[in-house]
Amino acid sequence: MRLRDSNLFRFIIFVLIPLIVIIICGFSSGSYYAGLVNLFGINVILVASLNLVNGFSGMFSMGHAAFMAIGAYAAAILTLPANQKLISMPGLPEWLIYMRLPYPVALIIGGILAAFVALLIGFPVLRFKGHYLSVATIGLIVIVRAVLDNEDELTNGARGVTGLPNYASTWTIFGAAVICLFILYRLIRSSYGRGLTAMRDDYVAAQTIGINLTTKKISAFCISAFMAGVAGGLWGHMQSVISGKFFYIDASFKIVETSIIGGMSSLSGAVVGSLLMTFIPELLAPLETGIEVFGIRLPELYGASNLIMAALLIVIIIFRRQGIMGYSEIITESLFSAKTYSSVLKKSEYKKLCDIVAHKIKELSSRVKSKGA
Amino acid sequence: MDGFIYFLIQSVNGLKLGSVYAIVAVGYSMVYGILRLINFAHGDIMTVGVYTILVLMTAFGVPLWVTVLLSVVIAIAVGLATERIAYRPLRTAGEEATLISSLAVSIFMQNLIMMIFSPQRRAFHLPEYLSRLHTIGFIKLSTMNIITFAAVFIILIVLSLVIKKTRIGMAMRACSDNLNASKLMGININAVIVTAFAIGSGLAALSGLMLAGEYKTIDPLMGFVPGLKAFCAAVLGGIGSLSGAVLGGFILGIAEMLFAGLMPTDFTAYRDAFVFVLLILVLLVRPYGILGSKEGGRS
Repeated sequence: MRLRDSNLFRFIIFVLIPLIVIIICGFSSGSYYAGLVNLFGINVILVASLNLVNGFSGMFSMGHAAFMAIGAYAAAILTLPANQKLISMPGLPEWLIYMRLPYPVALIIGGILAAFVALLIGFPVLRFKGHYLSVATIGLIVIVRAVLDNEDELTNGARGVTGLPNYASTWTIFGAAVICLFILYRLIRSSYGRGLTAMRDDYVAAQTIGINLTTKKISAFCISAFMAGVAGGLWGHMQSVISGKFFYIDASFKIVETSIIGGMSSLSGAVVGSLLMTFIPELLAPLETGIEVFGIRLPELYGASNLIMAALLIVIIIFRRQGIMGYSEIITESLFSAKTYSSVLKKSEYKKLCDIVAHKIKELSSRVKSKGA
Repeated sequence: MDGFIYFLIQSVNGLKLGSVYAIVAVGYSMVYGILRLINFAHGDIMTVGVYTILVLMTAFGVPLWVTVLLSVVIAIAVGLATERIAYRPLRTAGEEATLISSLAVSIFMQNLIMMIFSPQRRAFHLPEYLSRLHTIGFIKLSTMNIITFAAVFIILIVLSLVIKKTRIGMAMRACSDNLNASKLMGININAVIVTAFAIGSGLAALSGLMLAGEYKTIDPLMGFVPGLKAFCAAVLGGIGSLSGAVLGGFILGIAEMLFAGLMPTDFTAYRDAFVFVLLILVLLVRPYGILGSKEGGRS
């Protein structure tokens, strides 16, 4: 009997505790740690959507930062008040300047724009084998950055857009994250998703059973870009400042890194990876400003945290290629199955959990004893 | 008439840039041809080479030709070390794993250089005898540019001969055709891959010197985008083909300079973006590049 077989245990770990943390953060908005938890939520959307492309369909995109940027700027343009847009983005057409939409609609339009760009880039590139997509998507980031930095009239140039209204509360972010996870979870369990994994595992075999590779690839790429656009809109309104430099190659690499460390072929991996990659750099951050270890003052090691993460990435890719979670979907399965929730009401589940815990304790104590003897 | 002269001057500038791209692209193409690996760390090996030159020249006052030799040696050592540590364990794991690994190596090297040398830009000056300008008609070329031109053709000829005539060259052609079959035929594929990485890394260090001499500043991230552009050049010319890589490098360099020079000044900031747009357009029309064949064979 393992702990994870108990539905009640799953409920406590994957639903109850996160819910409590989210509720605490939701009511203490503005605190530093609430901000980190929000960032975690956005990372989950980004990484899970990237996994649809990189993990489940065997392509390799690195362009998530570009799609984020598109979503963030679109959402900003659609939600900023007209007087602010007249100052920072006077080049916009008049109807856009005076248009203000509700935040969720703006997010979705941002996502649609990102998906449209993905279609433009995916069409020429995804017809071929090999990983041209990764270079083309890095190219897309360079292109988007150039546009953002140079179209002063439309994007306020490298100064960026400031003063975005703080619409992205903890509730909005995690609401969006759960919706995205749910959509992706249903998607990869549908015939469409099985087609994607078939294509990843053996494209010839997939073709012979009637899967249209190009359509599949492009559609998966667009869905992923849509979610990245939404995440970008959330990110912008959380930070309240956006500019091209936040959406450059390094930002994109971080998303790819997170996806690989957590496990590319698992949505639960996206959650675990985001958790690690949001909070570990916080622990490593003191290295960059210099810390004291055993009384010795280390010099400022600029880039140390990125260095350690890169080394970790190499180690993981060599020794555990499938990432931490591998192909397990334990988190999403527990989140979206009725069994987890109904277990709260069942007496037998409580008994089962007690039994398992008792068994574990007995096992542990006997092991300690045998070591002592 | 002035317009025409301006056009010519920009074309020559394009040739200068193109020759650097060509050298990097040759190395890129060799590695890609054999391993099907988009080696993101290739550009960063270039940065390693440049920083080696800078340190040796400014700190120890070693003459340039010695530093260049040493930087090539160090770049080769770094290239082979990355191959041994990050790529060889993943040989059987498929393209994706090595791609990710090369990305991690790239981030690692960038941040290591940042940690050692600080992320600030530094000035980089070539010695006077290399940066001296020669005026031919209305065209100005530095000694370095002329050396670079010559180097491209020497490298192309030597490498073509190596690949066509020698045993290791034959082995390389076989490996780029089919790695597994070559292994079964008793070819020492490790030796082939090591040779390809050594050639690629050495060339990257050389081109780093040329690039730094042209831009006159260096920073820890300087290699990444030129590395990607070199990959674009290799794809443009037909990946896996040496003459294709050189042709692609020149086309890309000229196209970039003409774009920067002939477009209204508002657009010059789009230089880097233009290169990638060009790549996407080429993939749309001629996916296997100008000189490439569908199988990606070496010509």
